Amino acid sequence: MAVDKKLVKDYAIRLGDDALVLGHRLSEWCGNGPFLEEDLALANVALDYLGRARMFFNYAAELAADGSTEDTYAYTRDCRDFGNLLINELPRGDFAFTMARQYLVDEFSMAFMQALCDSNDPILAGIAEKARKEARYHLRRSTDWMLRLGDGTPESHDRLQQAMTDIWGYTQEMFEVDALEERLIKAGIAVDVVALRQGWSARVSETLAQATIEQPRDDWSVSGGRRGVHTESLGHMLAELQFLQRAYPAQQW
Amino acid sequence: MKPLELIDVIPAAEQTRRQRRSDSPCFPLWDLLDKVCDPEIPALSLWQLGVLQDIEAHGREITVTITPTYSGCPAMTAMAEDITSALAAVGYSEVKIETRLSPAWTTDWLSVEAREQLRGTGIAPPLTTIKCPRCESVEVQLVSEFGSTACKALCQCSRCAELFDYFKPL
Repeated sequence: MAVDKKLVKDYAIRLGDDALVLGHRLSEWCGNGPFLEEDLALANVALDYLGRARMFFNYAAELAADGSTEDTYAYTRDCRDFGNLLINELPRGDFAFTMARQYLVDEFSMAFMQALCDSNDPILAGIAEKARKEARYHLRRSTDWMLRLGDGTPESHDRLQQAMTDIWGYTQEMFEVDALEERLIKAGIAVDVVALRQGWSARVSETLAQATIEQPRDDWSVSGGRRGVHTESLGHMLAELQFLQRAYPAQQW
Repeated sequence: MKPLELIDVIPAAEQTRRQRRSDSPCFPLWDLLDKVCDPEIPALSLWQLGVLQDIEAHGREITVTITPTYSGCPAMTAMAEDITSALAAVGYSEVKIETRLSPAWTTDWLSVEAREQLRGTGIAPPLTTIKCPRCESVEVQLVSEFGSTACKALCQCSRCAELFDYFKPL
């Protein structure tokens, strides 16, 4: 079944947005990490995400064939054009919040990239093959932090518990499928995220139990990122991320 | 006696890559690019690292295919520039660098020779058992999952106290 290239382009852009936005949040720790090694680690994980964003955006630009480049997508679109999941744009919070989000996203990302490796689209599958290996490493590290913070001091435990409670309602959105994805799933191109939910929940429950963290109840959730409806945090982030290109259009290093 | 873990098992993708080089009609270019090294790990050439995948010549136009180590490795841009300038230095001004993502880069592609070169410069090569590159002790501790570059972790030897980089298996 032939699929409109525009659909694949839009899909690549939203996956790029996920990576760019989370990568930027992680990069905010650079120079602010709790200790040197952690500072390096967060910056390195941020770089992996930035690299992932570039691969998705470059592919989107190739499909668009309208003169767009990776920078067009990163620097010249406004909030409503960004299709990232809301969980990725939330402010970095304290270290417990950053690692709680990272763990929940890493568990998702690992399963997602694994599934995207089987995509009928060879470029998306190639990007996923690359990202999957890095996701495994990220996950190992963030899982370790869940255990250390959760089962650490009363202070670290309470902060992680609070972070999980604050973030939990944003995890639901990771498993939602919209019309675009439905069409691409039928064509064997996109990942059916609904199918990833059970495995994700089981692994997260196990880790939280080990970390002595109580799993929050599913009594609230928000979504909208995929259709461009964001929290107020994204605008503030883009103001910083895009400042240079907005003030000095097409400026090069 | 050679330690058991140093037996050179060549993965299929690496076999193909080596075959591509030996079948390539533009062998002087491969030899030329052997002089281009990883800017952050100068002990290894891009060929040894597994980044250099293919070279094709169409008249004076050269297409070089590379595979990134890590998605966000900042050295990739420098590597592409170094390839372009090495070729420009011998008169090839039209150089195109293409990126190939699949098969994804893996440390399995590093030859025994390359691993030895890493060890020689104080970097523990990617093996399941981490050994101190200075005193060969296996009693080592992981200090940080990330070291001086994305591809390395930071370790410390419990015997001789050497702090060293460990090239992570990927």
